[in-house]
Amino acid sequence: MKEQDQKEPILEIKDLRKSFGENHVLNGFNLKLYKGENLVVMGKSGSGKSVMIKCLVGLMQADSGVIKIKDQDISNLGQKELDILRTEIGFLFQGSALYDSMTVRENLEFPLRRHKKKLELSGSTDKLVLEALENVGLAKAIDLMPSELSGGMQRRIALARALILKPNIILYDEPTTGLDPITAKEIIHLMRTIQDTYNTSSLIITHDVDCARVIANRMILLVDGINYAEGSFQELLNNKDQQVQAFFKT
Amino acid sequence: MGPSNTILSKSKSFFAEIGDMAYFAGRFFREVVKPPFEFKELLRQCYYMGNRSLLLVLVTGFILGLVFTLQSRPTLTEFGAESWMPSMISIAIIREIGPVVIALICAGKIGSGIGAELGSMRVTEQIDAMEVSGTNPFKYLVVTRVVATTLMLPLLIILGDTVALIGSAIIENIKGEVSYLLYINQVFDSIKFSDVIPATIKSFFFGFAIGLVGCYKGYNCSKGTVGVGEASNAAVVYTSMLLFIIDFIAVFVTDIFVDM
Repeated sequence: MKEQDQKEPILEIKDLRKSFGENHVLNGFNLKLYKGENLVVMGKSGSGKSVMIKCLVGLMQADSGVIKIKDQDISNLGQKELDILRTEIGFLFQGSALYDSMTVRENLEFPLRRHKKKLELSGSTDKLVLEALENVGLAKAIDLMPSELSGGMQRRIALARALILKPNIILYDEPTTGLDPITAKEIIHLMRTIQDTYNTSSLIITHDVDCARVIANRMILLVDGINYAEGSFQELLNNKDQQVQAFFKT
Repeated sequence: MGPSNTILSKSKSFFAEIGDMAYFAGRFFREVVKPPFEFKELLRQCYYMGNRSLLLVLVTGFILGLVFTLQSRPTLTEFGAESWMPSMISIAIIREIGPVVIALICAGKIGSGIGAELGSMRVTEQIDAMEVSGTNPFKYLVVTRVVATTLMLPLLIILGDTVALIGSAIIENIKGEVSYLLYINQVFDSIKFSDVIPATIKSFFFGFAIGLVGCYKGYNCSKGTVGVGEASNAAVVYTSMLLFIIDFIAVFVTDIFVDM
């Protein structure tokens, strides 16, 4: 942590607030993500984790606060600049969100259509698609439709799609939710491998303690829309606070 | 809440919805002229919408021609006006019945399909995934579908009208012993450009309404799978109402020009 403080964060959230009518979901949330780091944000269902991650990529408008990605304040960006910035971010959705009218190949080709030239990615589209699929161990599924894949396979393909533009930051929204324990472990292992291979920075939203134990370099506990506690997995595990302990007991 | 408050809140939400739809239409016109253009997806949508609705339109058109002729024949015979049959049927089908019936069929087939497809994409976060990947989902999903329905509906209506006239000619040939050549001659004698052009222009608007309402309902779908059903259903109901309003305006405007 001390070493990280000296570095510039690749992603930063300051005093983020978001309400839906009388329901105040985020009440001044703060976060800094550093290069090569795996930061886990844990919180109960409805604690505002998904709202926070959606504000981060501009899918939702925050009421107030600052979100900076690579030193650019996203609220000051036009649509074009935001789209370019989004190519630096891979997003793994909770339900995979594969385009179900397209084959696996077309799903992976989709982000490349607009951005391959701009990002100066070397190699043909076919080569990039195959490479991404090999990284998740599913090259043989290239011509299948998403409906022909199991939940775990869909999650892997979604991860391959998130990686295809070679982003610097990957956002995971509940990466293991809805998966059986063995498949969940496989996905967590895959996340680690990807982080080691590409040296990406990852922000992982989860309430899966096992996932956090394996993957987290640092953790933030989100309670009532604020940073309730922060530290490494071990530090939080040893924390005597009842609310913190409640996370680990479950 | 009293009845007056209920009426007030329902009126408010009705006008709010009209406003949202107008904004959605405005966004369509802004995006449709801005590059990059999604030609490949547009062609795919044209193919799907045309190809998948073709059989339904042809069968409906054919039966419409048969039934309309069968039903009209006894009345015209009573007045000794059977010879007016081809003229009356062709003008009625080309000006009004063909476009309206086929547009309503397409509102059910294409409009509900678009509403359900986009609605399901919205609730499963596929539209969000497109946005996050730096692609404009409005351009890719909405603009292509609205343009495709606007272009394909006139073609489907022309085909439907043609098949309806074939159906009518068959009945006339069997019941009235009118030769096919005579029937065709009478049809072409009675139809003027002032019948065909307004009907064709009207069908572009019908196509636009079907695509726009279907996309609006699907793109703004919420409330999970229940919302998808609601979006699909509302797309058909709203489009059907809108088709009759457009039809009334089109007939009214045509009437002004014909009088001039």
